[in-house]
Amino acid sequence: MALHSPDIAWFSWGALRGYPTRTILMLIAMAIGVSAVVVLTSLGEGARLYVMDRFASLGTNLVIVFPGRSETAGINPTTMMGETPRDLTLDDALALTRSYNVRRIAPINVGSADVSHLSRSREVVVIGTNHDMLTIRHWQLAQGKFLPEIDLDRASPVTVIGSKIRDELFGAERALGKWLRIGDRRFRVIGVMGSEGRSIGVDVEETVMIPIASAQQIFNTSSVFRILVEAKTREAIEPVKQFIIDTLQERHQGITDVTVITQDAVLETFDRILGALTYAVGGIAAISLAVAGILIMNVMLVAVSQRTAEIGLLKALGASPGQIIILILAEALLLSTLGAITGYLLGQLGSWAIRYAFPDLPAYAPAWAVLVALVVAVITGLLFSLMPARRAARLDPVLALSGR
Amino acid sequence: MIELSSIHRDFQVGDQTVHALDDVTLTIESGEYVSIMGPSGSGKSTLLNLLGLLDRPSSGRYCLNDQDVTLLSDIEQAQVRNREIGFVFQMFHLVPRLTAAENVELPLILAGVAPAQRAPKVVKALGDLGLSDRSHHKPDQLSGGQRQRVAIARATVTEPDVLLADEPTGNLDHKSGQDVIRILEALNQRGITLIMVTHDPEMGQRARRQLHMMDGRLDIDRLNSSQNTSHGAA
Repeated sequence: MALHSPDIAWFSWGALRGYPTRTILMLIAMAIGVSAVVVLTSLGEGARLYVMDRFASLGTNLVIVFPGRSETAGINPTTMMGETPRDLTLDDALALTRSYNVRRIAPINVGSADVSHLSRSREVVVIGTNHDMLTIRHWQLAQGKFLPEIDLDRASPVTVIGSKIRDELFGAERALGKWLRIGDRRFRVIGVMGSEGRSIGVDVEETVMIPIASAQQIFNTSSVFRILVEAKTREAIEPVKQFIIDTLQERHQGITDVTVITQDAVLETFDRILGALTYAVGGIAAISLAVAGILIMNVMLVAVSQRTAEIGLLKALGASPGQIIILILAEALLLSTLGAITGYLLGQLGSWAIRYAFPDLPAYAPAWAVLVALVVAVITGLLFSLMPARRAARLDPVLALSGR
Repeated sequence: MIELSSIHRDFQVGDQTVHALDDVTLTIESGEYVSIMGPSGSGKSTLLNLLGLLDRPSSGRYCLNDQDVTLLSDIEQAQVRNREIGFVFQMFHLVPRLTAAENVELPLILAGVAPAQRAPKVVKALGDLGLSDRSHHKPDQLSGGQRQRVAIARATVTEPDVLLADEPTGNLDHKSGQDVIRILEALNQRGITLIMVTHDPEMGQRARRQLHMMDGRLDIDRLNSSQNTSHGAA
């Protein structure tokens, strides 16, 4: 006496439709559980991707050198002042290119200066750097060329400006080839930065870039603010880091007075933290799935006692205990599957709403989370219906049929 | 053929043992028309449930068509119920969300009959009871008499040997009750064993063989000679 599967589906569907309130309540419970998992993990994953993306835009295999030591070795007036014992220089930067593992370097000087064109003038962050900066930071040019490949210590009256600066100083006018004044010197605009060249710390749209030697002249300094070093490979990062410390120590009379940080270390930490966060919120959301499961059990128990007469009748008509269990489980399976699908759609809608509200956040639920949510939903639905189903199967048909 | 020998059915109520059936021995031949009467609590419903395999005896033997059904497993008993026994209840017990045709189809679904083979049987069962035009009505759109006819169609669609009726007219007005009883008797004429529990002496006396129960025992087993006796009784 095997039931035909279409018959099982038909009967379960009929039972669900026969008790719409119960069905809708359980659907909602299931859907909330699943959509919570989908939305929360998509938030966590979105946050992770967002941070990773921001760090990646700093450049890959990047080692950053800046003057001063971050560890405090005893208290002295200079540590309190935050003053550095010895500045980095362009020669230091140049020395760092002498390793097989170093692909390219970019020294940076940052300051602010008045930038003016005709009658318009504006205080702007000026970055002095070199040709390789564009590649290291993965920046995009909108127009023209980037800074020329010239020796680090050679000044040149050319500038690359951010798109916002162009809009403010030149308006609708063509900026390429025009002269503008930075501080007390004149520079010719040779390029305009694209708007996607955003990264942590610097908003390239609102900066002006000039060769580093020119920047040192404007700011009247011989020091370098930072040196970005790009290693050839990920594996080369550690050797490069050691090479930098050794080289600069040698050049600074045996004193280690620089700090070298690798961006990958930071990146990995963030990756780990945010990954763990995603699992954590996913786990918390999964609790709501368990709650939904328990709710299903309760409602199924009520359903069984509500339908005592029907179950007794099925027994009288020749349904075996196994068939009763199958029918109840099929009902639960149908219910939790429908609930899971509804929840999945709701969850996707939710993450879409998050992406709509925060376009920067790539809030897509990871595939594993969706899969786990769906599978856990269906399994809890089934598992928690097992007890009510067995109770139904054990029901005494005599009592069931004599009720009222 | 139904053979009960020394059937006991005891219930534990508190610390008291109630003998719902007390040493009942009974043989009912195929095609008989039997009514079971008696006051409330005399054990007639228990006897009917036991005959229908909805209940197991505490002791004793029950042979249905030469097979000792008390030895069968739950699954085998369910099969026997499905194939050889039809139930008609006082409360009809139709599934409210299903149409008349779907209610009639249920036993066939449970028996695993293929959909294509089910349809003609359902149509015939409903047609035999004059319900062809009601087949797509839900129970709440049917009158009491019609509901009981649907229930009878459901009980007979698997062509069982035995039809067990528990106060089949108890919830019906007089006329519908008469209709239902005539339908059951017509089924009996065609060979089905009809066993009916009833309170109503008028209904009970229509049966060829009348059993009377008192305190779990069969105290009267009488043949009614005034009825036509085309089917011989033991």
